[in-house]
Amino acid sequence: MLDRADGQIFTGNVRLVHAVGMHARPAVKLTKLAKKFQAQISVRVAGAPEWINAKSVAKIMAMRAAHGSTIEIKASGSDAEAAVAALVDLVASDFPDGAG
Amino acid sequence: MQGGAAGSAYRGRTASIGFAHGPLVRVDAGAGGERVAGTLVEEALALRKAIDLASGQIADLAASAGGEAAQILEFQVALLEDEDLIEQIFASIGEGRPADVAWRSTLDEQIAEYNAAADEYLQARSSDLADLRDRVVHILRGDEGEPLKIPSGGVVCADDLPPSRFLEIDWSGGGGLALLHGSPTSHVAMLARARGIPMVVQLGAIPDAGATALLDGEGATLELDPSAEQVRIFEKRRESHRKSRASARAILRRPTASWRGEHIKLLINIQRVDDLEHADAQYADGIGLMRTEFLLAGHSELPDEETQFQAYDAVLRWAGQRPVTIRTFDAGGDKPVPGFTFDGEANPFLGVRGLRLCLARPEIFAVQLRALARAAVRGNLKVMFPMVTSADELEAGRKLFADVVQRLQADGIAAMLPELGIMVEVPAAALAVSSFKASFFSIGSNDLAQYVLACDRSNGALAPLMDPLHPAVLELISRTAEHGRRAGVSVSLCGDMAGDPRCLPALLNCGLRELSVNASALAQIKQTIDRLSSGGGVG
Repeated sequence: MLDRADGQIFTGNVRLVHAVGMHARPAVKLTKLAKKFQAQISVRVAGAPEWINAKSVAKIMAMRAAHGSTIEIKASGSDAEAAVAALVDLVASDFPDGAG
Repeated sequence: MQGGAAGSAYRGRTASIGFAHGPLVRVDAGAGGERVAGTLVEEALALRKAIDLASGQIADLAASAGGEAAQILEFQVALLEDEDLIEQIFASIGEGRPADVAWRSTLDEQIAEYNAAADEYLQARSSDLADLRDRVVHILRGDEGEPLKIPSGGVVCADDLPPSRFLEIDWSGGGGLALLHGSPTSHVAMLARARGIPMVVQLGAIPDAGATALLDGEGATLELDPSAEQVRIFEKRRESHRKSRASARAILRRPTASWRGEHIKLLINIQRVDDLEHADAQYADGIGLMRTEFLLAGHSELPDEETQFQAYDAVLRWAGQRPVTIRTFDAGGDKPVPGFTFDGEANPFLGVRGLRLCLARPEIFAVQLRALARAAVRGNLKVMFPMVTSADELEAGRKLFADVVQRLQADGIAAMLPELGIMVEVPAAALAVSSFKASFFSIGSNDLAQYVLACDRSNGALAPLMDPLHPAVLELISRTAEHGRRAGVSVSLCGDMAGDPRCLPALLNCGLRELSVNASALAQIKQTIDRLSSGGGVG
């Protein structure tokens, strides 16, 4: 699911399987996990015009990603590859407890 | 009746049932005194301090409340740690605004945005934001740290009450909550239901006077300074409620849903065992869909039989006599699992997924079937296969299952073959539904709609076409329900449609009498069915 883009940018796509979409609990988990990485991480609902800071819970909530939508993730920085992989895994595994 | 304002009654909406008779306690959001702003640096420091203090207070509350309340509060802590949000406020202070004004206006913007959302869930979250806004404003104005003093059994009356304030109140002596605004789907309503505190919302305007209050969470009424007669009637209602509650402990909030005289079974979907901790889960008629993919996620190896058995057993124990429908692994498609699913399929949604995959990987499937066969003797278990196209697949699955049961029994291990059913999500299965010897059917409306409409659910560009109420989708739902009715086999629907109030009239008209929704949607769906039944709209 990950493809190495040119230079230092890593990207990934993952479908949001969480039943209620990107609401409070998943948003908190996603931002918490994103903050564990140095990398600059952005997300958006596939095709949306703007990229959103994955470390901002207010913006993630405002993104209003619905159940079934695809989330695009991109990251740059020293641990960008691991960050993308971890976030894709979090969303794909439906925000398990204890994660993030 | 006494004169004046005495004996006046007000009606609102039920958020949590129960009765409270006690002193009326007014709680105001507290406009507080104006504060005198300092220099830019002082204001920035004041806000930083207030945020840290608020963060600590909320963390303490979360630690003492635990469970669901802690999760609700976690969102507030995350907001305080949101650098983008906080930076915006500091920038506003940098432009010369006092700390409290800058804070409040930024939070108000967010609140307005949530309130404008079409999504009821987001709307309800706005009271979490208001909670956070007020807490920090209070701290900035120097009136923090005064926990609400509520006399035992008091009826707390406020405009709205944020979750953190609810948690600060000592409810051990009973009491109730009467809100002039508020919503039955708010976090504070969830907390009230979890604690069994009666709560009525949307009471509108009530006079400032009043010393004693009667709150009836069921009738959604608030009576102020009641006459002796009113108290007598109230106590009679409370007593009959107590009796009926004792006789039907399971139905805590409302009678079972019915529509045009027919009983509508409302079940819940769960993604993992923890979902049963939702405060409303207990009111479900059973579990209509337990997904098992969580067992496949986050582990380097596929789960062993014992791990699976423990998960299934926990759910069956929770359900008691109620039915629990567990769906076998629905991997593949958009849910790849290393070591299980096939890589490199050009079109995974039309590929080896669901039961197709399980039949192709009998060694993995057998482990799940063993765990299910052992769990079947522990409760009212039903097992369903996902993504079934032909009757042969169901029979192949049944044969594997029967073999597993036989081997377990031969080894002296308690096991049995549970009722077997299928998901109806492939249009072919819906069209040829009578060819399946299934004990029950569960319509997976998400995939069914995707396949019937030829629209990838995850493709946003197709959103306008992706209409679950398309006549073709409804036709297939009707046919499936009709077959079930004729064959005497239960048919439920467990997709997103079931939890969408706008879809309910169509689903009921299609003949469905069993719906399975997320626990969080249960109350709303029950309420919508009630409303439809009494001739109202979906609201």
